Amino acid sequence: MIDLALVLEWVIKSLVVIFMLLGGFAYLTWFERRILARMQTRVGPNRAGWQGLLQPVADAVKLVFKEELIPARADKVIFVLAPILTVVPATVLAVVIPFGTQVILFGRQVNLAVADINVGILFLMAVASVAVYGIVLAGWSSNNKFALMGGMRSTAQMISYELALGLSFVLVALMADSLQLSEIVEAQRTMWFVVLQPVGAIVFLIVTLAEVNRAPFDMPEAEQELAAGFHSEYSGMKFALFFMAEYQKMIVISIIAVTLFFGGYLGPFIGRFPWLGPVYVLGKVVALLFGMVWIRATLPRIRYDRLMDLGWKVLLPLVLGLVLITATGILLADEFGNSLVWSIPVVSILAGFLTVGLVDRSLRRKFNALR
Amino acid sequence: MPNPWVFIGLFIIIAAIIPIGAIVVALILGPKKPNPIKQSTYECGLETVGDSLVQFKAQYYVFALAFLIFDVEAVFLFPWAIAMNKMPLYVALEGVIFIVILVAGLVYTWRKGALEWV
Amino acid sequence: MTAEQIIQQILFFISAALTLGSAVMVVATRKLIQAALWLIVSLFGVAVLYALLDASFLVVVQVVVYIGAIAILFIFAVMLTQRDQRDKGPQLNKSWVLAALVGLATFGGLTFLVSSWTGFGAAAAPIPAGTVDMVADLGTALVSVDQYVLPFEVASVLLLAALIGAIYVAYNRK
Repeated sequence: MIDLALVLEWVIKSLVVIFMLLGGFAYLTWFERRILARMQTRVGPNRAGWQGLLQPVADAVKLVFKEELIPARADKVIFVLAPILTVVPATVLAVVIPFGTQVILFGRQVNLAVADINVGILFLMAVASVAVYGIVLAGWSSNNKFALMGGMRSTAQMISYELALGLSFVLVALMADSLQLSEIVEAQRTMWFVVLQPVGAIVFLIVTLAEVNRAPFDMPEAEQELAAGFHSEYSGMKFALFFMAEYQKMIVISIIAVTLFFGGYLGPFIGRFPWLGPVYVLGKVVALLFGMVWIRATLPRIRYDRLMDLGWKVLLPLVLGLVLITATGILLADEFGNSLVWSIPVVSILAGFLTVGLVDRSLRRKFNALR
Repeated sequence: MPNPWVFIGLFIIIAAIIPIGAIVVALILGPKKPNPIKQSTYECGLETVGDSLVQFKAQYYVFALAFLIFDVEAVFLFPWAIAMNKMPLYVALEGVIFIVILVAGLVYTWRKGALEWV
Repeated sequence: MTAEQIIQQILFFISAALTLGSAVMVVATRKLIQAALWLIVSLFGVAVLYALLDASFLVVVQVVVYIGAIAILFIFAVMLTQRDQRDKGPQLNKSWVLAALVGLATFGGLTFLVSSWTGFGAAAAPIPAGTVDMVADLGTALVSVDQYVLPFEVASVLLLAALIGAIYVAYNRK
């Protein structure tokens, strides 16, 4: 028998998550513009409403009334489909994330997660791998050389960093003994995974920057070389959808980072007041988003061959090494006492420094060879 | 507990309604005054020369191949990762052998120069 | 039949039709890249079938490996070929009648074989929820000496061989 109340509960939860992401997207654009402006000693948008808080609304209204151009030589069906295929995975990533434990609402026990499935992490990996298609199809259907090149570059970049992403998920799975995200959060009750796995967390944050095509890995949209890459031909609302996908992915990937490494919804008094869970998630996410904007304001875009080198020759071997280190550390801790679990952060930090040293040496060699 | 995938499917449908709705609303409200110049391909103001389906270099294919191999490896590692510390030491080490064999593949690819993006 | 079963049946028929219909489109379409896209739809239909069976691990593996990796490889391969990706020849050749007959005979034979199996048409008993962690069981089975450790390690050697072979063929720097 289908429980209608249950279905209604799930639909409401889905709508809440989706509209939370939409609102988050709108205000993240405002947040980023204001912060970037401050960092560059400008003022930023401050005209629409108090402190410019109505700016996203004004932008949305403007975009709705723009003319939608479809190039005459484009493949029209796929051209319209591509932005939709980019937005949907960005939203669907949020479906498995727990925002808190159970709360009592209208006399019902409500889980603060839409679908906390038992293969949560793998689901994230699967959706991240589908997210490539919107971009490659946008590039192909535009029938434009720059767009196609941008799409192909972006695809190659995303699949290269997906490997390191998948293996850093393996790191978390090793430590939590589970693929279910709520169990991963619960495994961090005593200690956040970022303490035991500092290098893994840093690698994860770097990789996610590349996965969402953010600075300094925003090659696919390099204005100077590719005329904005895969979305050159897009205008009006369809362009806004690509923009929306990027910002929603920023938010969702910050939530994922918080869930996997920074204790998720955990915080003081969470046991007594379960409603604090979403608040803690929000606070941690805003901190990570501020970091992303800060990185954009600080670092210049890196060269495409260096980007591929970083993915394949630095991050992939490093993460494979971390998997071996973590597995060994856990086995040692099981055999010879729990305090040996601290060998994981010590050895992995050493491995991190070794990697940085090797990269530095190789870059120095190249530089000296040029002179 | 019903099948959670039904609800994931439902979520995908709800998530798809929003971008579709946005495009439809913009289609209704936006002006439509097409002309051939507006709809021509934008390549920084220059006239488009030739077919836009330029040929790509083989490097993309090599990277996709290597990606496929390591992706399959990562998928195999997940079940091992969550079952690992329920098993005796020598059994858990078999997963480590699995990783080491594939690291050999990475080393080969690297030494062969196939990871150079030039 | 309960309402839930009817909904499941409807979902099954929709996803089966999606899988088969897009599989036909793969061979029927004349543009190479559209064939690749229809193939992705077909693979997605299979993932939906797994989801209906509540086989979560298979769903995500199907999406990660087939849609996320193999189909990307196809798309890259299409992009690497020179332009003119349109198939201009006739869609059918002379022996299509014979091929259709052989196909129908095979389908009939398979249907006959499967229908003689006792479990055919009976609803499978649902797996009791919360009693087993299937992914952990899979992991244990993959490395247990009395179960699948040999296929598991052979799989890694196979992947290594595939990688080396692919690099050797695709990338032979003079």
